[in-house]
Amino acid sequence: MSDLLRWSDVHVTFPNGSRSGVVRAVDGVDLTVAAGEVLALVGESGCGKTTLIRSVLGLEPVASGSIDFDGEVVTGNRRALRSLRRQVQMIFQDPTGALNPRQTIYEAVAEGIRIHGVAGREVDLVAEALSRAGLRPAERYMPRYPHEVSGGQRQRVLIAGAMVLAPRLLLADEPVASLDASIRGEILALMRSLVDDTGISIVAVTHDLGLAWNIADRIAVMYLGRIVEIGDAEAVLADPQHPYTKALLSVVPEADRLEQQILVGETPDPAAIPSGCRFHPRCPLVASGEAERLGILDRCLGVDPALVGTDPGRAVACHQTVTRGVRHHA
Amino acid sequence: MSDTVLEPTPADPVEYSPRAAVRARRRASVVELARHVRADRIALAGLIVLVAFIVMAVVAPLISPRAGLSAVDSIGNPAWARPSWDFPMGTDHLGRSVAAQFVWGARVSLFVGFAATILTVGIGSLVGIVSGFFGGWTDSVLMRLTDWFLVIPFLPLAIVLATILDRSLWNIVFVIGVTSWPSTARLVRAQVLTVKQRLYVDRARALGAGRTHIVRRHILPNVAPLILANVTLAVPISILTETTLAFLGLADPNQTSWGKTLEEAFGAGAISRNAWWYYLPAGLGIVAVVLAFTLFGRALEEILDPRLRRRSGGRR
Amino acid sequence: MSLLELRNLRVTYRSERGDVPAVRGVDLTIERGQTVGLAGESGCGKSTIAGAVLRLLPKDTLVEGSVLLDGEDVYAMKPGQLRAVRWSGAAIVFQGALHSLNPVRRIGGQIEEALLLHAVDLGLDRGQARRRVGELLERVGLRADRARSYPHQLSGGQRQRVLIAMALACEPDLLIADEPTTALDVMVQAQVLALLAELQLDRGLALLFITHDLSVLNSTCERLVVMYAGRVVEEGPSRELFADPRHPYGRALAQAFPTIGDPASRMHPSGLPGDPPDPAALPPGCPFHPRCDVAVDECSTVDVSLRDVSAGRRAACVHVEVTT
Repeated sequence: MSDLLRWSDVHVTFPNGSRSGVVRAVDGVDLTVAAGEVLALVGESGCGKTTLIRSVLGLEPVASGSIDFDGEVVTGNRRALRSLRRQVQMIFQDPTGALNPRQTIYEAVAEGIRIHGVAGREVDLVAEALSRAGLRPAERYMPRYPHEVSGGQRQRVLIAGAMVLAPRLLLADEPVASLDASIRGEILALMRSLVDDTGISIVAVTHDLGLAWNIADRIAVMYLGRIVEIGDAEAVLADPQHPYTKALLSVVPEADRLEQQILVGETPDPAAIPSGCRFHPRCPLVASGEAERLGILDRCLGVDPALVGTDPGRAVACHQTVTRGVRHHA
Repeated sequence: MSDTVLEPTPADPVEYSPRAAVRARRRASVVELARHVRADRIALAGLIVLVAFIVMAVVAPLISPRAGLSAVDSIGNPAWARPSWDFPMGTDHLGRSVAAQFVWGARVSLFVGFAATILTVGIGSLVGIVSGFFGGWTDSVLMRLTDWFLVIPFLPLAIVLATILDRSLWNIVFVIGVTSWPSTARLVRAQVLTVKQRLYVDRARALGAGRTHIVRRHILPNVAPLILANVTLAVPISILTETTLAFLGLADPNQTSWGKTLEEAFGAGAISRNAWWYYLPAGLGIVAVVLAFTLFGRALEEILDPRLRRRSGGRR
Repeated sequence: MSLLELRNLRVTYRSERGDVPAVRGVDLTIERGQTVGLAGESGCGKSTIAGAVLRLLPKDTLVEGSVLLDGEDVYAMKPGQLRAVRWSGAAIVFQGALHSLNPVRRIGGQIEEALLLHAVDLGLDRGQARRRVGELLERVGLRADRARSYPHQLSGGQRQRVLIAMALACEPDLLIADEPTTALDVMVQAQVLALLAELQLDRGLALLFITHDLSVLNSTCERLVVMYAGRVVEEGPSRELFADPRHPYGRALAQAFPTIGDPASRMHPSGLPGDPPDPAALPPGCPFHPRCDVAVDECSTVDVSLRDVSAGRRAACVHVEVTT
């Protein structure tokens, strides 16, 4: 598989409201998305995962680093951005808010066709997209307004509006977080079927590891603007390496097999990223004294760990892993 | 379960016309509006009064010859005559029919009211949308300008403008228009700022929509109800302003408006002579039209704003 | 005597377009110190039940059947008695912690308000009330000096803790938690759940936990009650019900969130086709049959009531054998 999308050392910063300094929402991310894969981008709110995917479409300013799509650099390239916005589509956590209440479902789906002047009979394209998204018969949904259909159907409308442009990449921001439990599986099944049938790629931002298990090929775990662990979904979920991934997995209600490791404190603040390893103030290894026993405490507090490959396709940003890896080879 | 999603799509041609659907939707919303107005007695009363005055203004030339307004043509008439069969509202100090002045005055007052409102709301909406949508430097400049117009005492400015310019009907419209747009601009800008934050605007940007598309398809349709409600409230204000200017003698001397009638009645001493038939029709006409507009406008606002509609639903 | 008993509770909302039956005959019992999870999707009537217990529904809502709190009918109470019950008998923690707090008042003052309303019953003066606010905040894992903060200065999880502190102010016997963790992050959700479990243990608090996430309920509650279209369709001890649901809807909810590591759900998300029914226009027969993958002809005509599955377990499905 070839790389469809690549973030290279991407930083996204925002001015910090009243205080001086900046919010480092995305703080140096290197990440690739292969053609035809589903990548789950996992982390707590405020970790920068949504900002990272929005940066692809130019919805957030990239402070430094670059993003390339299909081998072409798209950051700071206005001409590329327009064609990019046809080939990369986005769906949102809140389908109700993402649909204009004064537009019919037909108009919402046709919007992309009109903007990009897609060839073909508009009505047929819309009908096909709606049916593809599971809204059948399409004619019945076309004249309705968003408030006249259910939340799950609204998300399908958004998916239809994205797929009508035959994109190569779909960015999904918490696609099922606002939906009812019974609807969730259907939407995820639809997303997976899009990948399997049309070969597009999906980057799904989520805090729900179950979603990753359900549909993702790979997982990238993000903490305070950085990727801290990445790898094949099954491998990461079966054997998490980073203490943060372990903690996230342990609090999934059904994960009875793991001892719950509830991290103290609130979602961290990207305006004040800790020095050393950014995770150390909440890290169970540091808190339990394990880090000190392993003799890595100094590095945890003073050195920002890099993402280091452990197995093929697997990388972790933790001093403990590096130590263990070194021991392995010694 | 999920497999149903994978069924091949039917190959039949789709018979659906988005235009026809939109037209049908529009018809339905007009019907809905009519239903709400019918259910709301106060709004209905306002609407009936309004329609009556508008019809009267439009057909003025048919029911009352313009000659009735001319002092020269009224030489044979008695002055200060009380209402009678010949003169349903009596005559003024020059023997002119007050009824003719009332009918023709409605024409001018309503015309000025509507024309000035179009200008006010037009300028205000344009400034508000541009300012709110583009933000930054454009916003700062436009808002300072708006503030500047907002803090200048309105009446002196209007008087100065009306004095400098020729005294014509159009100039009155212009004076009202350029002095009363700032509040509309502020209101529209605030609404644009909220709509701009909505997720569907984000979605449109992500889809590759340009600014024109976003303003036309997303901002305008969601600001339009506010603008429409603003129109119904701006018309009575414009009518009152015209009355004020006319009463101060700044109106077009060749046009009879209700304000001008009041001014002339006052100048001719109608009050000391107790000639109520001279000033009362114009005064009541102004009150009736302004009240009717306000009542209808308030109902319209409730209907267009679902949050207020719920409250009105409880009232019925 | 049970702490809370709902007997054939029916709640009907009045609307312009006619009556909407939200709860259609629910029996539910909670014993002292027991934790009960109420599951179902939006519109199934689960939040209506929370409101009905404390008489918090709109005035023109029709409530039939009875709600007995500690043996007393809530709907027969005088206003004063009701007010006392609302805090010291049972208290609610709602979803959306931001909207339940007054944005322009310090949180300490808001908790104190609840205390002072019941100062007489609790035998507190102002100074004691203030000290109690500090204790309550520490009890839910916040620093006592947080009392001086305004809601916007707190994070979502902290605000949810404040709401729990408020609900605990008058030492209620029953805490109703309506989707208390829906808007929260995974880690914060785990913190709040752990707090609730801890409070439940050391205060002997009874808990009615309402959410659409059956897996959350399974890990926090002893008993589960699954609602669909205003009725209970399945109930029983958590682990049994979760491991082996007998109603197809209970099964769908149990499988909605996959067990990570379970090969059956890998690349195979499971959900229900269709949407929750409109309470104003329920399908005939079993209201679930249009979405059911095991429906038989009978289901579109006969509405099955709850049947005994085994000791303490009941389900409303034709596929459950009637035991005599």
